[in-house]
Amino acid sequence: MTAEAPHGAEAPPEFVQLLTPEGERVEHPDYDIDLTPAEIRGLYRDLVLVRRVDLEAVALQRQGELGLWASLLGQEAAQIGSGRALTDADMAFPTYREHGVAWCRGVDPVNLLGLFRGVNHGGWDPAEHNFHLYTIVIGSQTLHAVGYAMGIQRDGAVGEDGAASIVYFGDGATSQGDVNESFIWASVFNAPVVFFCQNNQWAISEPLERQTRIPLYRRASGFGFPGVRVDGNDVFACLAVTRKALADARAGQGPMLIEAFTYRMGAHTTSDDPTRYRVADELEAWKLKDPIERVRSYMFKNQVADQDFFDAIDAEADALGRDVRGRCLALPDPEPLAIFDHVYAEPNRLVDAERARFAAYLEGFEG
Amino acid sequence: MTILTLGKALNEGMRKAMEDDPKVLVMGEDVGKLGGVFRVTDGLQKDFGEQRVIDTPLAESGIVGTAIGLALRGYRPVCEIQFDGFVFPAADQIITQLAKMPLRSLGKLRLPVVVRIPCGGGIGAVEHHSESPETYFIHTAGLRVAICSNPADAYTMIQQAIHCDDPVVFFEPKRRYWDKADVDTSAPPATWTPLDQARVVRRGTDATLLAYGPMVKTCLEVAAAAEEEGRSLEVVDLRSLSPLDTERVVESVTRTGRCVVVHEAPVYNGFGGEIAAVVTERCFYNLEAPVLRVGGPSTPYPPSRLEDHYLPDLDRILDAVDRVFTF
Repeated sequence: MTAEAPHGAEAPPEFVQLLTPEGERVEHPDYDIDLTPAEIRGLYRDLVLVRRVDLEAVALQRQGELGLWASLLGQEAAQIGSGRALTDADMAFPTYREHGVAWCRGVDPVNLLGLFRGVNHGGWDPAEHNFHLYTIVIGSQTLHAVGYAMGIQRDGAVGEDGAASIVYFGDGATSQGDVNESFIWASVFNAPVVFFCQNNQWAISEPLERQTRIPLYRRASGFGFPGVRVDGNDVFACLAVTRKALADARAGQGPMLIEAFTYRMGAHTTSDDPTRYRVADELEAWKLKDPIERVRSYMFKNQVADQDFFDAIDAEADALGRDVRGRCLALPDPEPLAIFDHVYAEPNRLVDAERARFAAYLEGFEG
Repeated sequence: MTILTLGKALNEGMRKAMEDDPKVLVMGEDVGKLGGVFRVTDGLQKDFGEQRVIDTPLAESGIVGTAIGLALRGYRPVCEIQFDGFVFPAADQIITQLAKMPLRSLGKLRLPVVVRIPCGGGIGAVEHHSESPETYFIHTAGLRVAICSNPADAYTMIQQAIHCDDPVVFFEPKRRYWDKADVDTSAPPATWTPLDQARVVRRGTDATLLAYGPMVKTCLEVAAAAEEEGRSLEVVDLRSLSPLDTERVVESVTRTGRCVVVHEAPVYNGFGGEIAAVVTERCFYNLEAPVLRVGGPSTPYPPSRLEDHYLPDLDRILDAVDRVFTF
């Protein structure tokens, strides 16, 4: 970490950006995007709503209703931009922080809260949403995404109307063996997979410099496929870059690494205390690059929406927050015997016997 | 009936599974052109192509991790881990992902993945090539653990493992790969012994030897030798280590009243300890002696010139049999 600049606050030179923090549209030679006003309003709505759900979840944790929450604050553009680049046929593999991508895939936010409340380990159907379960062990899901992409290849689903998988991971995960193995697999099998790394500058307390000496996107070249760094707080750029990478992957051009350069505005999770390891200046510098404010500013300046629209979205966000809170609090605790459910797909004499014994034990308390 | 080695029986079993279901894949290091270092996958790539028999990069976590992804896309991958001591880089994917994903999804996901592992010693190999790591996986909820001991079982059990909708860690006794026996490849699957069942492989009345994998053959030799001394030993091939076929174990020990468990893995905290506890709990009033265990010492697997001293053999097992009759 350099002493002169707050960590990660200097805009890096290699950077795909289509919308500046001030809300100005800028050109990029390789990437462009043509969005209708309705599409822009849709992206803005996504950004605001997922931030609102996140805020509600943090509050619920503070009130003792969730055991933990991993906030996405600051990473909304990276997640909405990439999430909205997916087609229904694409498959997404998240970490435990991809609440914005989950939103794009139609997963009910209450299902995410259920996991952190402890009623289950993941209540949604991955096949219904083409959104895999949250993976908590760092980097494991990158291999699953590559294997899934190899399945797409074997199904003959590469080419026109093809499909791809996308996998999310953070800067810390790039040090994991599994992530590096997944790069190798994807490369040698030319798998239709997009590696979407949200470099939020911090792996709990460890800064980026503890994971890498080079910009993360450049790692890709060593594995033999392209890498690109995108302004992770620019939803237009994230959408454009991910769209292109997915289109290339679906068409059979192989994997790509996207490094979305962003910032974790909150704590790692609600159990973390970032004041112990990072300076307030850094946060202040990144506040000026807020992913929502720049879209709002652009929309105002270009008459994409009026005040009524913004008011309506704010009202919708508040209603969503209330709704999510209410349904979270209403989640029933699972029955005790649920411990034994779904451990195996087929009958299992061991678990079945233990379930029967435990049921008999519990019955001893009744009457 | 066809005479097959255990290795060839596994090969024929995989071939049959691949013929029956185009979703079955074989993947691992050197499984393609070479046919695997033990030739267990010999000829499969030639007949089923590189899309279905995949030579992977040399990374075990990658093998199991991508197999999980393939299973999520509807495939039934059969992974080969080249040697027992090489499974540990894949242990994270097996334990934290493969074993737990069905539960994590509340049953919405199934992972019909087979992880084949040649196991055990006795072939004069270098370090990491002779281990018995079954207990790590038996202790992991969500996995099934099976081990074959003979060619006929190898042929049916590998197919059952592939057809199973649960992940199966499938151990193969590498020093028995070259053992030959009659295999009935035409018997209908409905007549096969289920994957999770133990089998009495020799009837006896005085004591029960419980064994699996490479030690079954040794225990049959022990029973033959003991017969000459006037002792009738029953030998049970456990076949399934998770779940354990407790009822068949209990039935046998209840009849004989004495029990010796034999495995190559270290005795200390080994699977024999679990069996001893189960047998003691279920057969307490029928036991004439405590359950005895024979296995490796609490040391890493030794250099091969010492492995004959490490591995349970006829004399060590007979010694335990003698002791179980002295109580």
